[in-house]
Amino acid sequence: MKLAKLIAVLIGAGVIAGAAQAQESGTLKKIKDSGSITLGVRDSSIPFSYLDDKQSYQGYSIDLCLKAVTALQKHLGLTQLNVKLNPVTSATRIPLMANGTIDLECGSTTNNIERQKQVAFAPTTFVSGNRLLAKKSANVSSLNDLKGKTLVSTAGTTSMRQITGLNTERNLGLNILSAKDHAEAFLMVETGRAVAFLMDDILLASLAANSKSPADYSITKDALELEPYGIMMRRDDPAFKKVVDDAIVAVFKSGDINRIYAKWFQSPIPPKGVNLNWPMNDQLKKVIASPTDSGDPAAYK
Amino acid sequence: MNYNWNWGIFWERSPDAIGTYMDTLLAGLYWTLATALIAWVMALILGAIIGTIRTMPHKWAVRLANGYVELFRNIPLLVQMFLWFFVMPELVPTAIGDWLKQLPNAPFVTAVICLGFFTSSRVAVQVSAGINALPRGQKMAGTALGLTLPQTYRYVLLPMAFRIVIPPLTSEFLNIIKNSAVALTIGLMELTARARSMQEFSFQVFEAFTAATIIYILVNIVVVNLMRFIEKKVAVPGYITSGTGGK
Repeated sequence: MKLAKLIAVLIGAGVIAGAAQAQESGTLKKIKDSGSITLGVRDSSIPFSYLDDKQSYQGYSIDLCLKAVTALQKHLGLTQLNVKLNPVTSATRIPLMANGTIDLECGSTTNNIERQKQVAFAPTTFVSGNRLLAKKSANVSSLNDLKGKTLVSTAGTTSMRQITGLNTERNLGLNILSAKDHAEAFLMVETGRAVAFLMDDILLASLAANSKSPADYSITKDALELEPYGIMMRRDDPAFKKVVDDAIVAVFKSGDINRIYAKWFQSPIPPKGVNLNWPMNDQLKKVIASPTDSGDPAAYK
Repeated sequence: MNYNWNWGIFWERSPDAIGTYMDTLLAGLYWTLATALIAWVMALILGAIIGTIRTMPHKWAVRLANGYVELFRNIPLLVQMFLWFFVMPELVPTAIGDWLKQLPNAPFVTAVICLGFFTSSRVAVQVSAGINALPRGQKMAGTALGLTLPQTYRYVLLPMAFRIVIPPLTSEFLNIIKNSAVALTIGLMELTARARSMQEFSFQVFEAFTAATIIYILVNIVVVNLMRFIEKKVAVPGYITSGTGGK
């Protein structure tokens, strides 16, 4: 009798311990054990994640990541959670995610199917489209206006891959330059090396707004493709992903998202106090109504 | 480490419309080799001329050549690349500047010029070191035979000096191949740039850079062996022993 009871208790304890362990494996366990979480941040992805004039990292994606951090702290029942910020670039974000240096990437990373083979994404928090930026004097209103001219985009971006395909497909005869980063691509248009710069519209808007003479540039109306941005995390860690996903969805449901959005896209932001005047587009409104982490652009149309 | 290895990635279609990811990397290798080889020819010719001038008896010519060397040797390559590409066209008259900017393959042309000048200053130092390493008597013997100064250089000094500096020139040749990667900053899609775009498209970063590393090593092995072969072919028996080992 006593022995049976003891065995029952032991099994019970084992089940509970096992359950607790299952619940806190992977990233959750790592965060609980170390009492700290590391966010990957970008130096110049304005207004998503960047270094301001006071040398502190901030932005729309960082605000959203901090919501997830609060949810994680609550989920793990920690009284204190130390948040570390680790700068990443587009080249280092995957290795640093894979080797466990960063736990969440708070930048402006496009969620696509190719990338989902390597990492996971939280529900989409921004939808941009890629458009053309050109000097007003160049009169560019669509891709057809660029036939036989020079276009620049940033190396390794989804825009670059799309334009290379379109160039052959539609026989545009474009001379395509590839810049190492957005600032350099913009410089190519500024100095006349290229007629137009194809990139995500919000990045173009912030580059133009922060340039020497913002009034000189125009951005075309139609987007070539939609680009959903999401917070990036390690793959195959469903318990951790659920907490982060739920935190983002809660921000959507409570309407907090509107306040955070307005703070970064419709108000003056550091360092220069420029207002991007970027009202929320229909695609993002749709995602907020029914959150999704799909990497297929068609899901956002 | 939580990483999804996929060595089959090289045979998957790359989104840049070239073919598979392997084709992408090979296209990059093509530009790396084209840039490095043309710049190397330019560096050898310029370097030989400037290096020779540095050992001549004319003081003002020596000063000019030294100035050239210090100018191109002391500015970081990355900065020089930026200056040639973005600053130089703004300094010349607008019409020439615009013409330069509209050149097809402007990044390639710029990269070759920049690497050529940068490396020529280093080659120049090696060539003059080679000439200075020769016994003084050789030059005197040349002039005593009735050769003019140019003839002494042409028939006596330079042939010997070049043999001496083949090992350091080999290193310089390897350097120019590796340095060509800097051209990715001005938009030349060479090997490193292709590896970077491969990791951006697929997020398979370790595979991309492993492949790039192996390709660079293979190319360098070819260069080292080629230079060793040249060194053996041109060796003067009993005079200069190989600096790269061998016998």
